Amino acid sequence: MYFKKRFVILFLLLGLAIIFGLIKGAVNIPLSNLLLGDNRVIFNLRLLRIIAAILVGSGLAVSGIVLQAILRNPLAEPYLLGTSSGAGLAAVVAVIAGVSRIYLPLAAFLGAVLSIIIVYNLARERGIIADQSLILSGVIISVVFSSIIVFLVSLFGNEAMHEMNWWLWGSLQVYDHKLIFLVALPVVLGICAIYLFSQDLNAISMGEDEAKHLGINTQAIKKILILITALITASLICICGIIGFVGLIVPHMMRMVVGPNHKILIPLTCLAASVFVVLCDLLSRTLFAPVEIPIGVITAIIGAPVFIILLKKGKRI
Amino acid sequence: MGIMLEIKNISGGYYKENIIKGISLDVTRGDFLVVIGPNGSGKTTLLRLVTRALPLRKGEVLYKGQDTLHMNLKEFCRRIAFVSQDASTGFSFTVMELVLMGRIPHLKRLQFESKRDIEIAREKLMLTDTFSLKDKRMDELSAGERQRVIIARALAQEPELLFLDEPTSHLDIGHQIQALDLLKKLNRRNGLTIVMILHDLNLAAAYANRIALLDKGVIFKAGTPEEVLTYQNIEAVYKTIVLVGKNPVTGKPNLVLVPGEN
Repeated sequence: MYFKKRFVILFLLLGLAIIFGLIKGAVNIPLSNLLLGDNRVIFNLRLLRIIAAILVGSGLAVSGIVLQAILRNPLAEPYLLGTSSGAGLAAVVAVIAGVSRIYLPLAAFLGAVLSIIIVYNLARERGIIADQSLILSGVIISVVFSSIIVFLVSLFGNEAMHEMNWWLWGSLQVYDHKLIFLVALPVVLGICAIYLFSQDLNAISMGEDEAKHLGINTQAIKKILILITALITASLICICGIIGFVGLIVPHMMRMVVGPNHKILIPLTCLAASVFVVLCDLLSRTLFAPVEIPIGVITAIIGAPVFIILLKKGKRI
Repeated sequence: MGIMLEIKNISGGYYKENIIKGISLDVTRGDFLVVIGPNGSGKTTLLRLVTRALPLRKGEVLYKGQDTLHMNLKEFCRRIAFVSQDASTGFSFTVMELVLMGRIPHLKRLQFESKRDIEIAREKLMLTDTFSLKDKRMDELSAGERQRVIIARALAQEPELLFLDEPTSHLDIGHQIQALDLLKKLNRRNGLTIVMILHDLNLAAAYANRIALLDKGVIFKAGTPEEVLTYQNIEAVYKTIVLVGKNPVTGKPNLVLVPGEN
């Protein structure tokens, strides 16, 4: 079993990434001075970003793993259920209605939850969720909500658009540590709950009939898992906006490297995705400092070539 | 020789129309029952109805006198295993990982496999002659090896009754015989009761102790190979002419096809 070795390596990498994340930035601070005087404030801000990055990485990647396995669709990803456009729409409406900025995360969360409820109910037929209907409903709701966003923005002009930007491209700039801990709760508990279903996920990924023949109540477990991933995604959207790529490609990359067994895949992916997002965030704020590049841009530009190399190599490492 | 499974007048299907229209059939302990019938006669649907993959619209299935719908699904799967036709099309698990999934019915929620489960998985790998493959990925295997691994997973469920849907459909004749010999061995030595769909009527004749011939969702004839595989029955159901002789080695019926234009 390479599991332990890989776990240790990824753990060390995460440690290194965190240290880099703390000392590098618009201002570089040597490790020894990190806790001294005024540096303390910068340290706290950077630490919050790193925590956010770890939550976002693990949460999105694990949600992607789950949705790809239960829907048996390689294009499944955390925003599939319309969460991203739902959150975006709610945020735009809130801005136009003149709601205080403090309440934007709450509005986004509610918007995400609302869109999940709509998509889920559209896909349900006689108590059964069919995979294809769920995917199609998600796509339709996303398109409708996105069009409404564009419609509202073109009516009400730049003000709303400006507020929207960080949402659409994602940012880990978090000022409110209370919000982070509020979000950490559902994300961490959700990932732990998903891990307990790893053997069920293995079976369901083979097909619904196969899983039924192994004694698994597939409909109930699918519903629970969809609900958990929706909750994780909606929570993350309200602190970081929409960060593409992580939830779609990182699961594929990790499956190529460590295989599809969810008992191994889930913990290793949490670590790898955390390293990935911490480093991407570091680049997003240092590459053209003091200008910050949206992290969604970085994740795509760095992740895509890595993924293509793995795909072309075709072999597991 | 008690009755293990009583199928009582069941009906069911996918859309409005029933595909299975009132089938009754008993499976006796130690049976090697082969289900045959033309394409679309409802063989796979029958197996899916009986194994609870598809809901019954009428009738009931009793396992040792107990209504299977009242059995806990995991308990059901500890007694009855199913090898489907296109098994293993998902991600590429290793052979060991796949066979360990057969232990799921024996595990409680939130319980991971113990040493004993791994021991049982190894034992089934040995039994199906796939132990040397245990660390390979499923997509590295040949069709014959893959089929034996899928059978090993079903055996890891430690069932008393094993259903198989055309286990030999992707195999050449050598591997067909190999897979069926394995099942015969399990049937004879380990007392595993087997219900299997086969397309090849000569293979059905050679291995089955009983055959059920399906036609348009009902049982046309069930009985010993000699009783079922007559040229009248085959012509009535398959709309084709065959000669029925005797396999010189097994003494079982042997069908010879008669091509047209002759």
